[in-house]
Amino acid sequence: MNYRLLYFASLCDAAGCAEEQVASDARDVSALYAELAARHGFTFTPDRLRVAVNGAFTDWNHRLVDNDEVVFVPPVSGG
Amino acid sequence: MFAISEAPIDVAGLQHGLEADGAGAVVCFEGRVRNYNEGRAVNGLSYQAYIELAEAEGRRIVEEARSRFAVERISCVHRVGDLALGDVAVWAGVSAGHRAAAFDACRYVIDEVKARVPIWKCEHYVEGDSEWLHPESTPK
Repeated sequence: MNYRLLYFASLCDAAGCAEEQVASDARDVSALYAELAARHGFTFTPDRLRVAVNGAFTDWNHRLVDNDEVVFVPPVSGG
Repeated sequence: MFAISEAPIDVAGLQHGLEADGAGAVVCFEGRVRNYNEGRAVNGLSYQAYIELAEAEGRRIVEEARSRFAVERISCVHRVGDLALGDVAVWAGVSAGHRAAAFDACRYVIDEVKARVPIWKCEHYVEGDSEWLHPESTPK
């Protein structure tokens, strides 16, 4: 499956890019995060992140389909 | 109304947008860039947003405030990009028939925006280094 990942803030710095196309066997967001965290050295545990698929917040069991856009949302600091 | 803006926030224009014949009270909040945080001297901030989701979540917050408080108009705009000391980073304004609802709704909007909307600040310190802030709060 191919996914489009967008990275923000410190996750963007850690990944070294703001977005990337990823070919992965992961079928849910939990497995995908584990794979990307290992590759990019993300230090956030999932309980500190929210996840969004195709522009909407969802849960960590969300089943992914080909070409989904996935964003792991680190703790926010607006204002 | 909620928006993410790359341009400086037009405070006068936003205040004008709160006008309504039934608005006996107007409360506005400006969040500005200050020169320190947690003991370190700061000389600027950069804000980044996941714009699509930030605008959706921001609009949801405005609708929540509208359903909870007796208000006339609500507007909130958050900046992205590089900001200097004193720049307005976020602006929230509410008009209402009476002051209690205006204060309560304005407080609700700014508190929820800070807690929930996918926007991040990077602090630039006078020593030359920078850091993204990711507060230790539990995600909602």
